Amino acid sequence: MLGYFLRRLGGTIPVLLAVSLFAFGFVRLLPGDPARLIAGPDATLQDVQAVRERLGLDQPLWQQYVRYMASTVRLSLGTSARSGQPVLTEIGERFMPTFNLSVVAMVWSCIVGVGLGVLSGVKRGNWIDQGSMVVAVSGISFPSFWLGLLLIDLCSVRLGWLPTGGDHDWKSYVMPAFTLGLPAAAVMARFTRSAFVEVAQEDYVRTARSKGLPERVVIWRHAFRNALIPVLTLAGLQFGFLLGGAIVIETVFSWPGLGRLLVESVSYRDYPVIQAEILLFSTEFVLINLLIDLLYAVVNPEIRLR
Amino acid sequence: MNTSPASPLLAIEGLSIAFGPPAESSVVVSRLDLAIAPGETVALVGESGSGKSVTALAVTRLLDFAGGRITEGRIALACRDGVVRDLARESQATMRNLRGPEFSMVFQEPMSSLNPVLRVGEQIAEAVMLHQGMGHAAARAETRRLLERVRIPEAARQLDRFPFQLSGGMRQRVMIAMALSCRPRLLIADEPTTALDVTVQAQVLRLIEALQKESGMALLFITHDMGVVAEIADRVVVMRQGEKVEEGPVTDIFDSPRHDYTRMLLDAVPVLGSLAGTPLPLPFALPGESPAPQDTLRQGPPVLRLVGLSTRFDVRHNFRRIGRIHAVEHVDLAIRPGETLALVGESGCGKSTTGRSVIRLEQFEEGEIWLGDRDVSRLRRGAEKELRRRVQFVFQDPFSSLDPHLTIGFSIAEPIMTHRLAHGRAVAERVNTLLGQVNLPGEFAHRYPHELSGGQRQRVCIARALASEPDLIIADEAVAALDVSIRAQVVNLLMRLQAEHGIAYLFISHDMAVVERIAHRVAVMYLGQIVEIGPRQAVIGDPQHPYTRRLLAAVPVADPRRRGHDRGLDDSEVPSPLRRLDDPPTIAPLVEVGPGHFVARHHVGGLY
Repeated sequence: MLGYFLRRLGGTIPVLLAVSLFAFGFVRLLPGDPARLIAGPDATLQDVQAVRERLGLDQPLWQQYVRYMASTVRLSLGTSARSGQPVLTEIGERFMPTFNLSVVAMVWSCIVGVGLGVLSGVKRGNWIDQGSMVVAVSGISFPSFWLGLLLIDLCSVRLGWLPTGGDHDWKSYVMPAFTLGLPAAAVMARFTRSAFVEVAQEDYVRTARSKGLPERVVIWRHAFRNALIPVLTLAGLQFGFLLGGAIVIETVFSWPGLGRLLVESVSYRDYPVIQAEILLFSTEFVLINLLIDLLYAVVNPEIRLR
Repeated sequence: MNTSPASPLLAIEGLSIAFGPPAESSVVVSRLDLAIAPGETVALVGESGSGKSVTALAVTRLLDFAGGRITEGRIALACRDGVVRDLARESQATMRNLRGPEFSMVFQEPMSSLNPVLRVGEQIAEAVMLHQGMGHAAARAETRRLLERVRIPEAARQLDRFPFQLSGGMRQRVMIAMALSCRPRLLIADEPTTALDVTVQAQVLRLIEALQKESGMALLFITHDMGVVAEIADRVVVMRQGEKVEEGPVTDIFDSPRHDYTRMLLDAVPVLGSLAGTPLPLPFALPGESPAPQDTLRQGPPVLRLVGLSTRFDVRHNFRRIGRIHAVEHVDLAIRPGETLALVGESGCGKSTTGRSVIRLEQFEEGEIWLGDRDVSRLRRGAEKELRRRVQFVFQDPFSSLDPHLTIGFSIAEPIMTHRLAHGRAVAERVNTLLGQVNLPGEFAHRYPHELSGGQRQRVCIARALASEPDLIIADEAVAALDVSIRAQVVNLLMRLQAEHGIAYLFISHDMAVVERIAHRVAVMYLGQIVEIGPRQAVIGDPQHPYTRRLLAAVPVADPRRRGHDRGLDDSEVPSPLRRLDDPPTIAPLVEVGPGHFVARHHVGGLY
């Protein structure tokens, strides 16, 4: 188990290096001279040269990369060109709202998605199955900006129950979390259903029934754990996407999160922030995948003991 | 003749079973009568599609979960409490209480019948806790006792292991322990030994028999293998296409079968030792055929010669090499044109890896592979096309070895086009000829694999192998997955093709009786090494290596008067070919004991 964990952890290092190289190269590939951009439109050639030296942009690329890596590891990510604040502060302020929203959306979509998936998988063809699959397909196909606007119109404008946007109290989570989690829940439900249907045909499920076990035990103890293995992968990917900040939903509900920060930074050409967000999202994905690999080992003894 | 018991434990009367929705359902069992007395062993025999497994599912009512329905009839079970229940009408809730204490099942596939994520101890204990109301600790002690009862070594240690850590034979013992955990009065065993090696099969059969004697339970034994029937049954019921065709005491069925189908089944069963008098291969005597021994050997240098072929796999743990699997270790053999060399042994002995190494599906580590007068072992990757034209493969499973999205014709034409053996219309003509050679109609070229039966598919695979005009076909358990009657036909087909085209076969098999029919010479593999090789008559008639003797002793004999327990079997397991890095296996030249008959006299590993 420890060996498996170390192997997986070791496997993330080259991925993170590749990502950092990409984020580093991304900025260098953009047209225009960052030194000139920072020095401003009225700067003289000497001023630009001074900025270039101050930022170390006159050094060879590899030295720049080493310096960039050194500062990244120390979490000093530079200053935002737009607000003048350190990038870390900027991202830190916006991280928690996105994280909280993602967790709420993820939790409800997992519970509902997996639950509906198992129910439909067990009772294939009955009304629960048919009904939940209709809901699931709608959930995937309904555009989230439109659903968001409809919800605001109904719940905030007409009924006045919930705030239209912002991050204030638990009430402000209801609509964004619902809108954000709906497609995730729908995908989970469909995926869980097919995984469950497959597992239900396995010989060991028949063996479990042949022991005279009640259906409840057959489903949750014997079938569910095996069906969970592919579902875990999907859940991990979904969570990674959610943490990246849903640009559309954060915009519709004026949510002060990373998705909106990204949109704002792109329109201001705020490279240090964009660069840092790329790095953050990639790192999150890598960490979640690591977590999923560990969960695999918990669920599947064949991985744990090899 | 009515052989049914007077006061049966289980009495099936007029049972019909259908699958699919009522409007378009297909009847798979019709009006079956079958009775089992307490303590009796009834063998339910038939080929695929006979309805024998479905009957078992109906008795346990696991049929409801498989999409089937009982349309008529009674399944009367005399329960412990003295009540006779009609299982065809009971609710699932009642059935749950009967599964375990009244009857239980052992299934065919010990690999897939145990839950991979639960410890074997838990899987047995949960049944004990459920039906006998024991607590955790008591159930665990009982489970341990059960594992000891099915002769699992170090039972206490095995409790906490997972199924993937056990061998196939051990898993089947766990299944049996699970089935016996609530002391059922009826055990239904559905092909329990079919997926096992022949020595393990003999051990498991003997175990079931011993346990049955101890506990006095009745046994419904479902099988397609007449050899196994002869070993274990008191009474036999033969089924075909959902109907009972014959029933009687085991000796009567074997001595004087009355129905043509039973006779055909018995004729198709290869009986080991039946060719002791002739050195040549002899096709099966199928209805309408009277085969003669065939001499297919042709002059010329060997088509394939392996010199010191070794294929090994490293086993790593946390980046360190911790051992090596010596899958194939210094194998020397040669096959002449028109000759069949059988490579026999148990699973894991390296026989398939040998075959796969020849056409470089596995990368071998050492040795030479000579094809005619060319050493092809040093070929670069990519230069292997010629090798793969001259050596073709037929695999075990005809269901998965044809692409379901391609027509039969396309699958057969592919090697012809890959090797540019014909162009344009000539390809279609060649496909037609090849289908004719394997006795399939030319119109099959336009069909898809799912429209064909298993036997037909295997014929297609043979036609595909013939398409590139090979000198050698490696048949890796090519008839193992087929029904007995189909198996006999396919073996005869392979032999006819050899007589007509002079093809050589490397016939990889675990089935000694089929090997006796088809092979000119036999090589026995054990732990990656050939321990005995020689003319078929010598190796089977006068085996010199103890492992060969053990293998032969385990083959069930289709004669109910000569049962296995009289014939000395040991209960040991074949050791693993995994060895420590600093502990390479002993390799020594084989010793000649007769003309062309060589035997290993060194210690290979394990017992031998």
